[in-house]
Amino acid sequence: MSPKMRKLSLPGLLFLLLFTTSPTISIMAQSSGSENTITVGLFILLALVFISGVMLVSDNLLGLQARRYGIDDLDKDKQGGFLKMFSDKRPDYVDGSFTRLKEGYDIKLKGEARSEIRDAMVSTVALQPPNFIGMSPIPKVVVEEGAEVRAGDPIFFDKKRPEISYVAPVSGEVVGINRGSKRAITEVVILVDVEQRYREIPEIDLASISREDLVKFLLDTGGWPLLRQRPYDIVPAPSSTPANIFVSTFDSAPLAPDQSLILKGQEVAFQKGLDLLARLTEGTVHLGLDGRGAEAPMAFADFNATKHYFAGPHPAGNVGVQMHHVAPVNNVDKAWTLGVQEVITLGKLLTERKYDARRVVALTGDGFSDPHYVRTYQGAKIADLIKDQTNQDGLRIISGDVLSGEQKDEEHFLNFTSDQITIISEGHEYELLGWLLPFKARPSVSRSFPNFLFPNEPLSPTTNTHGEERAFVVTGQYESMLPMDVYPQHLMKAILANDFERMEGLGIYELSEEDVALAEFACTSKQPLQHILREGLNFMREQG
Amino acid sequence: MSKLLDFVKKIEPKKGTFVHTLYDGLFTFLYSPDEVTHGGTHIKDGMDLKRTMVLVVIALQLCYLFGTYNIGHQHYVAIGEHTSFMEGFYLKLFFGLGKLLPIFIISNVVGLGIEFFYAWKKGHSIEEGFLVSGALIPLIMPPDIPIWILVLAVAFAVWIGKEAFGGTGMNIWNIALLARVFVFFAYPTTISGDEVWVSGLASTAPGSPVEYGLYHDACNWLFGLFGADGFDAVSSVVDGYTGATPLSLAFQGGWEAVTQVYSESQMLWGAIPGSIGETSKPLIIIGAIILLAVGIASWRIMAGMLLGAVICGMLLNGWGATPFMAVPWHYHLYMGSFFFAMVFMATDPVTAASTNVGKWIYGFMIGMVGLIVRILNPAYPEGWMLAILFMNTFAPLIDHYVIEANMKKRLKRA
Repeated sequence: MSPKMRKLSLPGLLFLLLFTTSPTISIMAQSSGSENTITVGLFILLALVFISGVMLVSDNLLGLQARRYGIDDLDKDKQGGFLKMFSDKRPDYVDGSFTRLKEGYDIKLKGEARSEIRDAMVSTVALQPPNFIGMSPIPKVVVEEGAEVRAGDPIFFDKKRPEISYVAPVSGEVVGINRGSKRAITEVVILVDVEQRYREIPEIDLASISREDLVKFLLDTGGWPLLRQRPYDIVPAPSSTPANIFVSTFDSAPLAPDQSLILKGQEVAFQKGLDLLARLTEGTVHLGLDGRGAEAPMAFADFNATKHYFAGPHPAGNVGVQMHHVAPVNNVDKAWTLGVQEVITLGKLLTERKYDARRVVALTGDGFSDPHYVRTYQGAKIADLIKDQTNQDGLRIISGDVLSGEQKDEEHFLNFTSDQITIISEGHEYELLGWLLPFKARPSVSRSFPNFLFPNEPLSPTTNTHGEERAFVVTGQYESMLPMDVYPQHLMKAILANDFERMEGLGIYELSEEDVALAEFACTSKQPLQHILREGLNFMREQG
Repeated sequence: MSKLLDFVKKIEPKKGTFVHTLYDGLFTFLYSPDEVTHGGTHIKDGMDLKRTMVLVVIALQLCYLFGTYNIGHQHYVAIGEHTSFMEGFYLKLFFGLGKLLPIFIISNVVGLGIEFFYAWKKGHSIEEGFLVSGALIPLIMPPDIPIWILVLAVAFAVWIGKEAFGGTGMNIWNIALLARVFVFFAYPTTISGDEVWVSGLASTAPGSPVEYGLYHDACNWLFGLFGADGFDAVSSVVDGYTGATPLSLAFQGGWEAVTQVYSESQMLWGAIPGSIGETSKPLIIIGAIILLAVGIASWRIMAGMLLGAVICGMLLNGWGATPFMAVPWHYHLYMGSFFFAMVFMATDPVTAASTNVGKWIYGFMIGMVGLIVRILNPAYPEGWMLAILFMNTFAPLIDHYVIEANMKKRLKRA
């Protein structure tokens, strides 16, 4: 049975049951005068429960019998059985653990990027201190305006942790050190050279180098800031050792880029990066793979790391969700994560001995007239990337996806880890009785809009809030949008109440903004969950 | 379209006045605002609280239609005219409207009035909570409730039950049930016995006359224009009529006493005396299907409550000490307001347990406790109101233990 047919089998079976039992009910109700519909209905229900019970038991007996005949290694998928109708099949290609997640929702939007990568001409790129959570607002900038830098040369460091150097993604002239409110440094802008020059990186031997030296190597060459530590999603402290390292190789967010396309041609560097990561942890390097399709995620299937397949709707691709199901983090067992392109950059420190911050970025959303991929640099200027690509005015530019990305101006720069720009229409419009009559199809997890009947039909969303902020009323909604064993609503209330113990107990360490973003989208009361969560995480971080 | 919008925006009163709060409430009712997202997610779900609430109100509409008509039908059954259900259609409908409309209008004016007042006082926009409460309250009131009692009950429920706790989303007890429980305990002499369930009579004793007023005269004049018969003020209650509800009959004489007066199909379809919206089971179930289909009400609570009531009913059947206990468990679903309580009252998300496990426990306990109150306690004819309020009180406790378990599990792992 194909997965598609299996999906149909359960509703089909129910329909068949209803179809056959409903005439029986009516006949029985008429023939036995004193009996009545509810009683008969209940009896039929009991009969159904009984029949399923019998089927279940016989299924197990069959298994026992098979074992008695020495068929120990029963292939559950090839074996016919009653339970199989209800249990999901694990795809044939899976060569690791497999987790099917039920909670969540896939938001289908118009403007998916075509699988074509073009080269983009970028005038400037920027390294932005605000991209690094927890960094002091005024880092020490070690270059001056007008200075020439090579790719990989240090640009600034955090005064609290001077040993981590944040390095230039490209070679060129430093043309601006821009400041925001309270003189905080928002971006260090570099004018990109036509011919890229790279800082020479010393050769190391992964097999023989000590962990200490490897850390020093990463701190010095700019590889360290590519790492993120959960909890808190911060650049890890140089002295820390992660319990595990996680890399998610697929992104399930709306219009997210296809990581296997990005990987193409970089396989050697990716594997080298994984090898490097394996030296940094005493635990394991875990790779989260896409188990949603009927086909194996070919690009990622052959790497040397512990593999975990995940199937289900967004946020199945979120590394936080995957970590929760493999090895949950907490205050003691910290884990590090990084994206596919960051691993490639790490690998190239070894294979090509240079800090190569080239990035493939997906231009997505129905604000683009021709959504596709571009090859550019980390922190590229947005105006250069989207020039002559948009089809109208009044658009919202987002560095990242529509759920957890950051709103940007044309004059701004791509965020440090962004591999996607999404452009959608702004929604400054009043709608007559908009809460009652949906004139335009809109994404919604509720089944009260007619477009829920066509879940695969992509929609063009706007940034309208579709309602005002209200108190928490509806319950169970967040839980159904987050495939983790946490109670998001109670966690949010604990954060709002600054209840330290409860936050810890309810699993705040396991969450990052992107994990609750879908719940924030779905929230009937329009509560700012990502903001609340970050407040809580900041509070916990300051408490230590 | 935009002209209307321009006009509506032109008449916006000064901010901070009560009129502005009122205007704002009505404006957001007419137009969904042009607000866009900032920070956080860039797109938001089309669902908001207004739509959620209105869908519940839509699910209640069949109960409203049937309830209105049934008020008139019960009235005519009592005086022995038009005893077949569809006979005298317009008379029953207009009679019912004459009873229902004042109850509906008064409870909404009082409730929304208090809500608007607090929105203005606290300077926030009007939250939609009362939209559902205001639709539920008329349906759980007896048709002959005096208006002044209704006013007090609604004011008590909204004021003490909701605003004192901080408004929508903060209340501990179900607002609609608080109004009902207020009527029940504050005016036991007015609202007790069999009299209040059938309206428009001086008393349900045989021979007592009907009470028609100005409204009925006006209707008579209207009907006269079309040459139709009007309300006949000389009618009186027929011999042998008691007006007793199935529950009070069952309490006195078990299931046999019930079936002597009401047939099963009558009880199923709801052509029996009772609170306005509670009687027709199929229509309530249609409402339940609507709520479950759009995913607003919790199926866990409903299933838990059904399970609790069935199990408790079976246990009491096994005991069987009184005729009421011996009433077969499945007949208990026919009588009283079990389905209405299950679909519309227990599932109120604010006052119910908020964890999925907690919802099962909460629903199950309501089913158990409600049936115990109904059968074992001679003072209360029906148990669901008290059971739900009781479990509302304990819902935070249930959640507390569910969450503690989750926290313990996590701490153990660490």
